[in-house]
Amino acid sequence: MKNKHIDKDSGRGKSTAKGGGIKQFYAFVKKEFFHIWRDKRTLFILLGIPITQIIIFGFALTNEVKNSKIAILDLSKEYASQQLIQKISASKYFDYDQRLNAYNEIDPAFKKGKIKMVVVIPQQFGNDLQHINSPKIQLICDGSDPNVATTLATYANAVILDYQMSINQQQKLPYRIESEIRMMYNPELKGAYSFVPGVMALILMLTCAMMTSIAIVKEKEMGTMEVILVSPLKPFGVVVAKAVPYMLLSMVNVMTILLLSVFVLDVPISGNLSLLIGESLLFTITSLALGLLISSVTDSQQVAMLVSLMGMFLPTVVFSGYMFPVENMPVPLQVLSNVVPSKWYYFIVKTIMIKGLGFSYVWKQTLILIGMTILLFALSIKNFKTRLA
Amino acid sequence: MENEKIHSGAGNKTGIINSGKVITAEKLTKKFGDFIAVDHISFEVSKGEIFGFLGANGAGKTTAMRMLCGLSIPSSGKAKVAGYDVYHETEKIKKSIGYMSQKFSLYEDLTVRENIRFYGGIYGLSNKQIADKTQYLAEHLHLTSQQDTLVKSLPLGWKQKLAFSVAIVHEPAIVFLDEPTGGVDPVTRREFWELIYDASEQGITIFVTTHYMDEAEYCNRVSIMVDGRIEALDTPKQLKEKMDCASMDDVFLHLARKAVRGE
Repeated sequence: MKNKHIDKDSGRGKSTAKGGGIKQFYAFVKKEFFHIWRDKRTLFILLGIPITQIIIFGFALTNEVKNSKIAILDLSKEYASQQLIQKISASKYFDYDQRLNAYNEIDPAFKKGKIKMVVVIPQQFGNDLQHINSPKIQLICDGSDPNVATTLATYANAVILDYQMSINQQQKLPYRIESEIRMMYNPELKGAYSFVPGVMALILMLTCAMMTSIAIVKEKEMGTMEVILVSPLKPFGVVVAKAVPYMLLSMVNVMTILLLSVFVLDVPISGNLSLLIGESLLFTITSLALGLLISSVTDSQQVAMLVSLMGMFLPTVVFSGYMFPVENMPVPLQVLSNVVPSKWYYFIVKTIMIKGLGFSYVWKQTLILIGMTILLFALSIKNFKTRLA
Repeated sequence: MENEKIHSGAGNKTGIINSGKVITAEKLTKKFGDFIAVDHISFEVSKGEIFGFLGANGAGKTTAMRMLCGLSIPSSGKAKVAGYDVYHETEKIKKSIGYMSQKFSLYEDLTVRENIRFYGGIYGLSNKQIADKTQYLAEHLHLTSQQDTLVKSLPLGWKQKLAFSVAIVHEPAIVFLDEPTGGVDPVTRREFWELIYDASEQGITIFVTTHYMDEAEYCNRVSIMVDGRIEALDTPKQLKEKMDCASMDDVFLHLARKAVRGE
């Protein structure tokens, strides 16, 4: 008799759960939006990050080398050297800053720090050019900034080569290889082409993973998490409900970045826009899973933030390949870079947005991201459950 | 009228109207490796009873409470909460209980109204029910003019009363209170206990842990845990008589001194 009663009752309980599931979820999402809305400063920062990042990267930070100050030590002082100097100073890469008169002036010039390169034209330059056909020029670069140094040396070489060709024009050479260079996908070699995808990876990681992990840990700190765990809400539902607002915010950020890059930085979206957005959504979910894992192992907002920064921000910058070429790293680091989700997302965005290629070129990377997402979710749910047991 | 409604509401949800026992535990045990946090505890709590669950820090109170709330699966023993088994029916247990922790568990950046709406919402109350409850609580707690203030600007005592009211907003069969009066002055504590008595009169069972022995006196029955076991269980009056102590403080000290393990 008593059993029968309980059965009947449990049946009713089930139906309320089904009917109320969506409503409970909705109540939670609504509360989450209140949190975000009440904290205007954080909201402002979240929405402002992509704008400032794009502006900083677009106009201030650039790895293109332009107008570098150089000095020239012309010991030959002839017609030929004058011509070469003219060519060099006409180039937009160099700013002919000062003329040196002796070798011992080179060191002080570098020490002042403004000069990035010194071109030394030896005394016998003109003579060698006319008689033995192999004149020598010395390029001394400031190696403390290796990237700039190599770039400058390459540019200078190109100018010198150009000069050489101009004097050779009259003479017929027996053979001559002319290389015609074309930069695919990015004809003007603009830095924006590589950092826009990088900034997208960074922003999505930040807004989604960091904010979700902080939001969850905040509930632990406040003690509200206990109450939620005791409530009939399923932990998985709680987590999804907490993530939904941040996913929406992230999508707003993706749109901001895309609009800014098209209209402010002139970086076109060559590929399929909906594919790009779909992949971004996938990466958002990956970041969210990562944030979840972080929140399941930390108990304070500060720790969550620190772990998020160290665990996601840095690897994204270092290993995704948008700042430093992964190919140049030692093999162990190259292997390590494969576990960084942003590396794959960066590749996908670059392929779709810059190269304009379709899904058939990124399906492998997409699968890797999906795999990572599932793994991260499984890990954090397992963590969650062990904590409960 | 109001009371009657709440009364029948609580009864309906649980399916144990006539059995009288809302919590039954029999040799309930929880082990973490070699460590026995809760060691074969047995007790029963009746409907509408105010049951004090006492013990020094580390005595196993929290672990026992977590098992009863469906948050932790016992290692052995039997227990039923609101008629549901703590091994297999945790989801149903969760629907029939309320919970309030020492941190008051309200959202400080939400208003009074939004907090009620949220907690009502996650227990699946209808909009109508939530609106009625909000109205009722606002009047009952004299918060009518403060409905749209953020919780963080409320005085501590009000927060605490609101937290308790929110914990029973869905009219549960049992409400678990984990040191609910930490950091509150004696006057406010008294007011808080009036709310507890109200709830108990409405048929809600109160399961409360506390460190304040004056509060222990307010309970119908008290159990005192030492090293994972229940060392004493009776009414405060009987306990004092049995141990020949003047106050619950003495009773507690008398028992807690036997503890072998620390925090």
